[in-house]
Amino acid sequence: MLPNESLLNYYFPNEAEVHWSLMIVIYPYITGLVAGAFVVSSLYHVFQIKAFENISRFALVAAFCFGLFAAVPLLMHLGQPFRAFNIFFTPHTTSAMSVFGFVYSSYMILLMVELWLVYREHFIQKAKETKGMAGWVWKSLTLGVTEYTPEAARVDHKLTTFLAALGIPWACFLHGYVGFIFGSVKANAWWATPLQPIIFLMSAIVSGIAMLMLMYAFIRWRTKKPYDFPMIQKLMVFLWGFFIIDFFLEALEIIYVAYEHGHHWSVIGPLLSGPLYGTFLIVQLLVLSVIPFLILGYITIFKPWGRLLLYLANLASLMLVLQVLFMRFNVVVGGQLISKSDRGFTEFHWEFFAREGVLPAIIILSAPFVAFYVISRFVPILGDAPEAKQ
Amino acid sequence: MTSPSSNARRVFLQKLLAGSAAAGLFMVYRHPVVAALTGDDGDKAPDHDFAFVVDINRCIGCGQCVRACNVENNVPEGQFRTWIERYVVTPSGVHIDSPQGGMNGFDEVDESLAEEALNTFFVPKLCNHCAEAPCIQVCPVGATYRSPEGFVLVDSEHCIGCSYCVQACPYGVRFINHEKRIADKCTWCYHRVSKGKLPACVTVCPTQARLFGDLNDPNSAVAKVRQADNWDVLKPEAHTESMCLYLGLQRVVV
Repeated sequence: MLPNESLLNYYFPNEAEVHWSLMIVIYPYITGLVAGAFVVSSLYHVFQIKAFENISRFALVAAFCFGLFAAVPLLMHLGQPFRAFNIFFTPHTTSAMSVFGFVYSSYMILLMVELWLVYREHFIQKAKETKGMAGWVWKSLTLGVTEYTPEAARVDHKLTTFLAALGIPWACFLHGYVGFIFGSVKANAWWATPLQPIIFLMSAIVSGIAMLMLMYAFIRWRTKKPYDFPMIQKLMVFLWGFFIIDFFLEALEIIYVAYEHGHHWSVIGPLLSGPLYGTFLIVQLLVLSVIPFLILGYITIFKPWGRLLLYLANLASLMLVLQVLFMRFNVVVGGQLISKSDRGFTEFHWEFFAREGVLPAIIILSAPFVAFYVISRFVPILGDAPEAKQ
Repeated sequence: MTSPSSNARRVFLQKLLAGSAAAGLFMVYRHPVVAALTGDDGDKAPDHDFAFVVDINRCIGCGQCVRACNVENNVPEGQFRTWIERYVVTPSGVHIDSPQGGMNGFDEVDESLAEEALNTFFVPKLCNHCAEAPCIQVCPVGATYRSPEGFVLVDSEHCIGCSYCVQACPYGVRFINHEKRIADKCTWCYHRVSKGKLPACVTVCPTQARLFGDLNDPNSAVAKVRQADNWDVLKPEAHTESMCLYLGLQRVVV
């Protein structure tokens, strides 16, 4: 079906190319994981959800690892990557995008300071134990503060709580900003909605929680350590809660535009019944939303335990990390499929080896996990003792 | 306990704070919002205020303008600073095409379509050099700007090639130049106009479907068109204050 009584699929000559492709799909995906993982750590630090005590540090390290690579897809995408720092040197303040450098770097600084506070006791201990080159590395990580007094621990705790609290609005800002970049483009009917920042934020939290669950289960399985079932149970309740809001907002946007039946619907209707029918309606909304929604509802209400809980939690989490990845694709690429001529759709061409192809996307998406693995060789991430209570 | 070093640190921090505040204030002071609120638009009114007129009733779809533009501006193959669309309006819908941007003219339409046709015409498209240009607003580094004479231009030395402007333009006139890897679009041939010439497409148009001139000159063709007030702009709902005035624009055109 073509929009607006078009007899021939027509798009403007310069629209043959989808300018924001896979790199811009995975950029908000990775920043979303940062924001989501951070929220989990703050649930313990700020909101005192005790069940997450043992994963709060893990969540923080995971957020940091994702954060390390959040800007890489952007660099890969830029036509002139060597000019990337122009965004710091000559920010054009009427552009929403101009704050990116400041939001992103300040968030990474906040993450690093919090990580340092959380780990500095470990650094000090290691610096004292280790000799030679490695000792110097540990020493440099202590930033020269080699005493750890109970008084210092108290101050650290207060600071950590403060940073974790500050991190919540900052994470909202970081990810709400990404949604705003899309939501404020009036030229694109599929993007332009003030709901976009909050949809991006909620889906970010969903993907972050779900990814932490998968990573946690994988680590415990690989290290043959017992699972903390009360924590998993609680995490799934939160995942369900955030996903309900996320899914409701995503559905609301479509229902609203369809019901309003205005100018936007004239292109969005054919978009959903045409190019996005499979990836959006069937995969994102039907399969990857409804099934995890039911599974998480089951976990929350009937409280399964043991292996069943583990399998269900992993299945729901896997589906939700994919749901959010599909959501990013459907928003970023989907919106650009609509021709600004309002008379047809352009096509997205998959590439594998190209600079913005599937292979670089897979490499960039894998990089945070490699970083996590490396970091986890050197610092304790998941405490063992308390989790043994099965 | 104020040791000399902590005193020095305090002084340093104070200076840092003062410096940051001054820099921040300067940025705010130079901000367009502040300028708009204080009525300080910086410069005096420019001598020229250029505009473009496209007369749809005159366009014959020969493609001369597209070819001239491509040559004049070294536009990469498959990308277009200007193009021509052919509209064939029938009772069952509208048939629009623009093979290779119309640069080689148009083959005849199918007989069945021709028989059905109620109306058919050509629409040249180019950058509208909007007074309220979304592309300028969204450029994160200020590489896209509006000259005092009304040209919307791209600083090719400064553009980072993020494509945000391509997304923001409601008219699809921007693209990322395949060869230069920066944002590109029609400049109204700024390099020619600044030497007193007309844009290439205007020069070669055999039917004067394209006009260019200074609105500040009451005798110019564009000033007369604007005065007559029978023009339209593309996508008026986008509120971009387009400076490309169309004559004979039908509602079916997007």
